[in-house]
Amino acid sequence: MEFISYLVNGISLGSIYALIALGYTMVYGIAKMLNFAHGDVIMIGGYVVFTSMTTMGMPTWVSILIGIVFCTLLGVVIEKVAYKPLRNATSLAVLITAIGMSYFLQNLALIVFGAGGKTFTSVVSMKPISLFDGQVTISGETIVTIIVSVILMIVLTLFVNRTKPGRAMLAVSEDRGAAQLMGVNVNRTISLTFAIGSGLAAVAGVLMCSSYTTLTPYIGAMPGIRAFVAAVFGGIGSIPGAMIGGILIGIIENLSKAYISSQLSDAIVFAVLIIVLLVKPTGLMGKKIAEKV
Amino acid sequence: MFKKFIALALASLMVVGALAGCGGNNTDNTDNTATENTTTADGASENTGATGGTIKIGATGPLTGDTAVYGKAVQNGAQLAVDEINAAGGVNGYQLEFKMQDDENDVEKAATAYNALKDWGMQISLGSVTSKPCINVNSYASQDNMFLLTPSATAVESINTDNAFRVCFSDPNQGAKSAEYISQQGLATKIAVIYDSSDPYSSGIYNTFKAEAEKDGLEIVAAEAFTSDAKSDFSVHLQKAQSAGAELVFLPIYYQEASLILQQAKSKGYEPLFFGCDGLDGILAMDNFDTSLAEGVMLLTPFAADAQDEKTVTFVSAFKEKFNETPNQFAADAYDAIYAIKAALEKGNVTDPTMNYSDLCNILKVAMTEITVEGVTGTITWTADGEPNKEPKGMIIEDGAYKAM
Repeated sequence: MEFISYLVNGISLGSIYALIALGYTMVYGIAKMLNFAHGDVIMIGGYVVFTSMTTMGMPTWVSILIGIVFCTLLGVVIEKVAYKPLRNATSLAVLITAIGMSYFLQNLALIVFGAGGKTFTSVVSMKPISLFDGQVTISGETIVTIIVSVILMIVLTLFVNRTKPGRAMLAVSEDRGAAQLMGVNVNRTISLTFAIGSGLAAVAGVLMCSSYTTLTPYIGAMPGIRAFVAAVFGGIGSIPGAMIGGILIGIIENLSKAYISSQLSDAIVFAVLIIVLLVKPTGLMGKKIAEKV
Repeated sequence: MFKKFIALALASLMVVGALAGCGGNNTDNTDNTATENTTTADGASENTGATGGTIKIGATGPLTGDTAVYGKAVQNGAQLAVDEINAAGGVNGYQLEFKMQDDENDVEKAATAYNALKDWGMQISLGSVTSKPCINVNSYASQDNMFLLTPSATAVESINTDNAFRVCFSDPNQGAKSAEYISQQGLATKIAVIYDSSDPYSSGIYNTFKAEAEKDGLEIVAAEAFTSDAKSDFSVHLQKAQSAGAELVFLPIYYQEASLILQQAKSKGYEPLFFGCDGLDGILAMDNFDTSLAEGVMLLTPFAADAQDEKTVTFVSAFKEKFNETPNQFAADAYDAIYAIKAALEKGNVTDPTMNYSDLCNILKVAMTEITVEGVTGTITWTADGEPNKEPKGMIIEDGAYKAM
């Protein structure tokens, strides 16, 4: 019974990672860059929703909407200001810029929202579900997070494969130059990718803060890295891979805490990652694209 | 409201700069009667600024970042004491001046802040507010032979040289006293501990708690660690504590993580006693925190803002008037630190405020072991290794406020 409880907690943690990993994988898959500022956009999303919901007293759904719109715009602005000028630079330059952006957002939040921790009010009003005479409880936040992640995963997959802008994204991801020659507006497509990725970050921010309610300028950084690991684990660039990678990382983390050692859990998570990448370098669901010469 | 946030943030940034200008003026504090806080008689209290000069006291601490609550409390507590002392005529005829530099609880930034304070002319250091930065600051201060009295850095290594002292309890002390208190009060026999293995403060307390608990017949049924890389999900820790039948969960950690633990325990329906140390101080000041979650949480701390003795009442009301909030333990420690410096300056008969910091240190480190300070955190004396002797008080959170037990 305890095992089930640990498992459920692992899935709950993993579903948060999965949601964040979706944004990572989306941007990586299409723009071919690691957006290390993704975790911090999540944090900003959390603060925006907190401000409009708690400080300004707006209804929950309006606040969430404001958060999504704000983060979407923020993502587009970040892309325009920081990443677009580096479109033809080496990938290392873009990576460093993304790390810089991550620190910039953290410090910006520090100045704007102050240093003290804030307590986020959960946006989920669903009661926890109790199983086996209360021995296992599943919180409403977990259920909502899983449902939202699955819906977003399906919608994103459909969007990328079935719609015109989505296929433009696929084209850009496969060959930027060729896509441009075929009339795809590469800049606009990448902007759109960032807009979607950052909108996802807002949703992830709201759900993460609902589960783990302490809000500080640093909450995005570590889960961001974990989610990145999850995205690599599942096969970076693959949307279902991000989902599966996230949930698996959550489960491994919790089970190793429970049955091996709470001190070693991080080491175990990363050891598993290394083993998976040794056996399957593209990750669990990663595509192996043959280079045509 | 957004503007208010920006204004607040900007204001807190400016405080650092503004302090440089206001340390030496004594016109803004008139309600300082009966706050004479040391046992030492002050013979020169009438000739305000007659001999002139100031002694400059500097501190580094987090004024921004996730432990800023502590830094700001220390800043306010120290400033209040400095203003009171100056308004009452200063020390031996000269005034005190206090300046605080932000270190964001970062080891490297603390070193930079310490050097900036030295450039400013600091003669006495309050070290750093938090443990890790203080270790680094003291490595410089001990090389410089700068006298250092930290209000609140609890790690043993923070003051391991002969120039350094502290006002608060050390980690081992807190851990041992907590175990002692739990067993004396008969709070529980089966205990779970959740601690941060990546933090010397937290693991330091845990280690001595464990040693003392064994002696006192307490059984630690679960000892679960987390690290600063993964400090939001505590469901497994709580589950293990619950399965092991812990009646009391000991939390030698900071309040942000504690607030998550309390919330996650509640959603699991697990209701043990929660017992913490001074790191929990600040939990009630969190924005939008549901204080009912902390109902019944106990912590061991030498200062209780609602205590009815005259010193505490005077300090709390003066603090409230000046800063519009109830002082926490960090503010009290800083307040006592300044009065301890005053007592030591008087004991060492330091009359020349232009004395260089190294000579000053040689006098003060001897004087510190000879003084007794009747502070708001208790009656304190110091040993030569820099540790304070004082008695801790147990506190419990009731109706969203601290109450002495």
